[in-house]
Amino acid sequence: MVTEAAVWEALAEIPDPEIPVISLVDLGVVKSVEIEGERVRVEFTPTFMGCPALEAMKGQMEAAIEGLGAEPRVDVILDDSWSTDRISIEGREKLRVAGFAPPAPRSDGPTTLVQLQSKAFRCPYCGSSKTRLDNIFGPTPCRSVRYCESCRQPFEQFKTI
Amino acid sequence: MTRPRTDLLLELADDELILGWRDSEWTGIAPFLEEDVAFSSIAQNEIGHARALYELAARDLGTDADVLAFDRRPEEYCCAPLVQAGLVGDWAGTIARHFLYEAADAVRIEALKASPDAELAGIAAKIDREETYHRLHAEMWELRLRDEPRFRAAFEVRWPLALGVLAPDLRPRLAERVGREEVEPVERSTPGTEFEALWNEMTMVRRSAPTGAQW
Repeated sequence: MVTEAAVWEALAEIPDPEIPVISLVDLGVVKSVEIEGERVRVEFTPTFMGCPALEAMKGQMEAAIEGLGAEPRVDVILDDSWSTDRISIEGREKLRVAGFAPPAPRSDGPTTLVQLQSKAFRCPYCGSSKTRLDNIFGPTPCRSVRYCESCRQPFEQFKTI
Repeated sequence: MTRPRTDLLLELADDELILGWRDSEWTGIAPFLEEDVAFSSIAQNEIGHARALYELAARDLGTDADVLAFDRRPEEYCCAPLVQAGLVGDWAGTIARHFLYEAADAVRIEALKASPDAELAGIAAKIDREETYHRLHAEMWELRLRDEPRFRAAFEVRWPLALGVLAPDLRPRLAERVGREEVEPVERSTPGTEFEALWNEMTMVRRSAPTGAQW
């Protein structure tokens, strides 16, 4: 019989379909794993609802569990239990190394424009905090575009949600 | 008697799908590149919200999300008149609609988050996280355009339509939020010819491959 630890290990091998430097476990989208005999139930909390990678993530999780010889059941949990705070510390570091600035921690209230325009965001290339917001929106739903005035490099910033 | 929740879900999903579709019409031709990116991304989010809402409704109705999104007749859609108009070329109108829709949607989502129906409250809380960014974008543009006569006029035209997005009990909250007096709202009704043209385009691929298109 498959163990819970083996399932977590297998899921940790699955790269994010759009940002392959980080795994689904690093991303924090696996809320729980339950073993019910030969069946493995995974609670999957999607990131951004319009993200085209969600179907791919679900399919890859099912394939990984089948690979362990178990029958997968991936339940999609549609509430706000996933936030960017669920991205692991290792995941944040992997993002930064790959040139994506990791998300800022969530504050109590919704994000404000003043926060986005603050100097709290560091350039993932040179570490300078002399960066500015170029666009709230970016190439995918999860990213904003910022510009580093020190190394003159545009970069992508994970949105905090 | 309370309405079945599928009625509410379909109104919400239709609003988000059709607005998402209209927003996507700016892809490639917005006034500048940053707005191309912004409107394309907002459209993608709205259609993502529509998908989740259709999936919930589909489960209740024993069907699937694509059937609800694309296989209904044009007269069966229940989207608010605010989201239906094609506004490519009219930036003032687009921003007025964006600002008013996001304000109305914020009121609606806030109410849903307090719903005793845990699924509705959950999905509303999730949508709200993403909508925060739409609101920031809309409010930034409203601030920039609020003294422009063309924007003022576009706003006036859409105010009664924005009220019509919401159920009557929520309208006073929208009026308070945007600092306006309530007027006679334009209620949801059977969509007109402009919607039919959009429907034709939107469902074309699906209708051309009845057994299911694969990519």
